[in-house]
Amino acid sequence: MKQYVIIGNSIAATGCIDGIRSIDKKGKITVISEEKYHAYCRPLISYYLEGKTDLAKMNYRSQDYYDKMNCNVIYGQKAVKINKYSNEIVLDDNKIIQYDKLCVATGSSPFVPPFIGLENVENKFSFMTIDDTLALEASVNKNSKVLIVGAGLIGLKCAEGLKNRAAEITVCDLADRILSSILDNECAAIMQETLEKNGISFMLGDSAERFEKNKAFMKSGKTVDFDVLVLAVGVRANTSLVKDAGGSVNRGIIIDDKMETTIENVYAAGDCTEGNDISFGNKRVLAILPNAYMQGKCAGINMAGVNTVFDNAIPMNSIGFFGLHVMTAGSYFGEKDGGEMYEEKRENSLKRLFTRNGLLTGYIMIGNVAKAGIYTSLIREKTPLDSIDFDLLKKDATFAAFSHEDRISKFGGAV
Amino acid sequence: MKRVYANEKWCLGCHLCEYNCAFANSKEVNMIKALKGKKIFPRIHVDGDNSINFAVSCRHCQDPICVKSCISGALSIKDGVICIDHDKCVGCLTCILVCPYGAVAKGKNGVVQKCELCLENSCGEPACVKGCPNNAIVYEER
Repeated sequence: MKQYVIIGNSIAATGCIDGIRSIDKKGKITVISEEKYHAYCRPLISYYLEGKTDLAKMNYRSQDYYDKMNCNVIYGQKAVKINKYSNEIVLDDNKIIQYDKLCVATGSSPFVPPFIGLENVENKFSFMTIDDTLALEASVNKNSKVLIVGAGLIGLKCAEGLKNRAAEITVCDLADRILSSILDNECAAIMQETLEKNGISFMLGDSAERFEKNKAFMKSGKTVDFDVLVLAVGVRANTSLVKDAGGSVNRGIIIDDKMETTIENVYAAGDCTEGNDISFGNKRVLAILPNAYMQGKCAGINMAGVNTVFDNAIPMNSIGFFGLHVMTAGSYFGEKDGGEMYEEKRENSLKRLFTRNGLLTGYIMIGNVAKAGIYTSLIREKTPLDSIDFDLLKKDATFAAFSHEDRISKFGGAV
Repeated sequence: MKRVYANEKWCLGCHLCEYNCAFANSKEVNMIKALKGKKIFPRIHVDGDNSINFAVSCRHCQDPICVKSCISGALSIKDGVICIDHDKCVGCLTCILVCPYGAVAKGKNGVVQKCELCLENSCGEPACVKGCPNNAIVYEER
């Protein structure tokens, strides 16, 4: 009987369990869960603050999932070492667990720059876990002034989540625009306007230089008084277990299309990894939930002995603020890199499609995001744009832009 | 598994399937009361241009990317049917981001809705198929 070990217990780990059990119903699966919770939907923590979900609903799977999948979950413990020669991992209480196949799904951790005086701030929080969220919730009240450092996805979702729980929310970022990893200037400005209309204040192109207990001193010379500080500067992949064992690591654990690391019998999946981004044509950390699940599942199937690949990962995000939705996917190449942009502006919506070498490589859609997945699939499947009526498709995501034969094959045949 | 298939040569583009869908999922017994004067949120939509029409609804994929991408665990597969738990859905729309068919959409209250083959409502079989005047949508095993 095979022994499978999974380090981590979030979305990639769940994918891995599903993948293993789709092939091997009997092998022993051990999951090492540092957090004391059933796998939960991490991106839902802001929705929890907003009151749109609760802790019970945030469980990723049903309560009996681990029993049904016949998994042994070790809660509240951490793996501290991989011994690749003896195929063992060591836990923080020195307990040793043998594996035939190992999946590292350790996720990422908040990156906190060494701000001067940060140790003097009592009410400071990261925003990554349920525990972070519960602690933050307990510290914020209707009179609180909140300063959020970082105008990325995590910082801004936190701002939205706290909106009705706090008096003032200010978000600062060293970048000159919000959501700088996924939006260009103009699109970022549209989203910023919506956030501002809903009472979120911004200090962009500016960041905290040092802190006193309830005060931030900014690079610009300004000061911000706060009761609660949220640090959402960025995240770092948790790579040390594989790195220390001699595996190849860059910004994330390097994996191939089978999710294998450079260490034999060791796979990796999720936010801790760096895999191929086919829209960019290079390896990247793609720390998004869908990829975590798909990577985990692919790893699990391979671990159970059946060859499979996950070879069409791209960055993609769907995110809304105060009712205005933005979707992004793929990579945007500018003119100097041989890319072209098509823009469609309508009342309350904006669509930008980025093409290069006859392929759609990326898009940004704000407002009307209906049927965006049709564009996403063109990127993932690398559909040659000359095989479809792209002029029609640019305007509207319609299957009329595909040939009759394509439609038949996509929709399962005519009557 | 039985699925809904469209025959674009027979589709008149009358949109009746959209109304039948909205009615079947309205929990009302009277179609006029259910739909008249209201913005409808059907789970099937007629796509096409001036020359061709066809109805698009969830394909109930065997390896559905929407389920794998769902950030709230609201989408799941039950006996081959892709179902959504409206109570768990937070309306992040990631399923719309990934569905290659454009077959899921935002519903009335901000959360996502999709075709569940009318197995959960009073119709018991796809209302779009039942009400199609030209047999341009069928429900069958292929």
